[in-house]
Amino acid sequence: MGHIRIEKLSKSYVNKRRLRRDTSDPDKQGAIVSVFDDINLEFEDGEMVCILGPSGCGKSTLLRIMAGFDHATSGRILIDGEETFKTSPDHVFVFQQNGLLPWMTVWQNVELGLRHIVDEVEKADTIQEYIDMVELTGFEHYYPSQLSGGMQRRAELGRALAVNPDVLYMDEPFTGLDYLTHLKIREEVINMHSFIGKTMVMVTHFIDDALIMADRIIVMNDRPAKVIMERKLDFSRPRNIEKEPGLRDLRDEVFMRLGVSYVA
Amino acid sequence: MFKKKLIYPIMSFAMIVVIWELVVLFGPWSRQVFPGPTEVLKSFYELALSGALLSHSVASLYRVTIGFYLGALLGIPLGILLGRIQAIKFLVNPLIQFLRPISPLAWIPLSMLWFGIGDQPAIFLIFLSSFFPIVVATAIAVESINPIYFQVALNFNLSRFEMITKVVVPAIVPEVVTALRLTIAIAWLVVVAAEMIAVQSGLGYLILDSRNALRMDYVMVAMIIIGVIGLLLDVIMYKLGRLEPIASAAR
Repeated sequence: MGHIRIEKLSKSYVNKRRLRRDTSDPDKQGAIVSVFDDINLEFEDGEMVCILGPSGCGKSTLLRIMAGFDHATSGRILIDGEETFKTSPDHVFVFQQNGLLPWMTVWQNVELGLRHIVDEVEKADTIQEYIDMVELTGFEHYYPSQLSGGMQRRAELGRALAVNPDVLYMDEPFTGLDYLTHLKIREEVINMHSFIGKTMVMVTHFIDDALIMADRIIVMNDRPAKVIMERKLDFSRPRNIEKEPGLRDLRDEVFMRLGVSYVA
Repeated sequence: MFKKKLIYPIMSFAMIVVIWELVVLFGPWSRQVFPGPTEVLKSFYELALSGALLSHSVASLYRVTIGFYLGALLGIPLGILLGRIQAIKFLVNPLIQFLRPISPLAWIPLSMLWFGIGDQPAIFLIFLSSFFPIVVATAIAVESINPIYFQVALNFNLSRFEMITKVVVPAIVPEVVTALRLTIAIAWLVVVAAEMIAVQSGLGYLILDSRNALRMDYVMVAMIIIGVIGLLLDVIMYKLGRLEPIASAAR
């Protein structure tokens, strides 16, 4: 299960870098910077959610808080009704880049989340199953540096899926891939999502990715970030933005909301 | 390609030998004070045949090995702790930074008083000269590990122990091997000086003893052997570092 509820989530921090010029108040430690304030969201189980927004709008911070790598200042996150604070194999994070441990082979990386399986045969079968799923059969004993960027991303996806998590978080998972590989991996993620039906939350700044992949898009604006748009997408798949007027209109709307007005 | 690699060093050494002979021939020094290559070669045979050369080399290598191992054995774990735990870093780091710039040779009087005559004071000096660089290099290597790796470990519920064995140790291998390579060179420098006091064996002692006997040819033999062994140690450490090619290639 992977129902997610975000209630009144806020994140701020004290800016410790004191300005030299500010001599008026020697005790002033620095301003409190609000990353985002009062975020309320709800994602259904099995949804593919894409969070869109400009760089530095706090969307990655939001994702990191959801995964337990960072803490909110106030508010809470409930997964299936239970409040989460910590990292857990129940909700796995796929990193922007280099999330694989470079000194471990693909096999060993996938094994990382399956250490609790006592039965060696069962463990080996599970590892192989997920390596096959991400189409890395034959590359089990390669090190990440010996794989292409796309294969590395697939290996990381396989590792994340192998622990059978309720939720998968992805932070700009196509960063650093060439354009064609980007499209291919995107397609694979879509297929994988429809195949395993896990809740996936993805942060991206590519509007097209969000429109093609998402069941729900969330658009955030600049700091302090707020949700300026939330939309459920029920267009049939596979989607093609150029051929689907509804998606084209939606894209124009997202552009407008993000302050790109050439489409007006 | 391989031949070329070998030819150039041979040429440069041959050149040095020729220049050496010329300086001896035309220089202002007597052959007693500045022996030429032929004398040194003859003395080398003498020392090698008598077994003195081997026993002195083994004595030096023994001290370096023990001291260096102790330094690495204590230095690497302490470096990992320093790099991982803030409290330990704040507690121990100032001390290390204070002790580090004190030359190991400055410890000679104290080490002789503490450990008496024999191998121990020399080993202690080697230990000091290896311990601090290894600690510092290890701590820096740990601190520079990409934080993503720790987040991955957290995400997959790695225990504290697994965090060390599966993330920290493999991540620092390349830097630590480099540090060990640099450190063994320092240790080899220090052992010669350490052996000029308190011991009756080792290449340092051979130099001191030969000087007292005014046998500059023996002094030169010892110097050459020190250079050769130092070179071999470096090659060995380099090869050891190459055993982990994937980890370093991934950086």
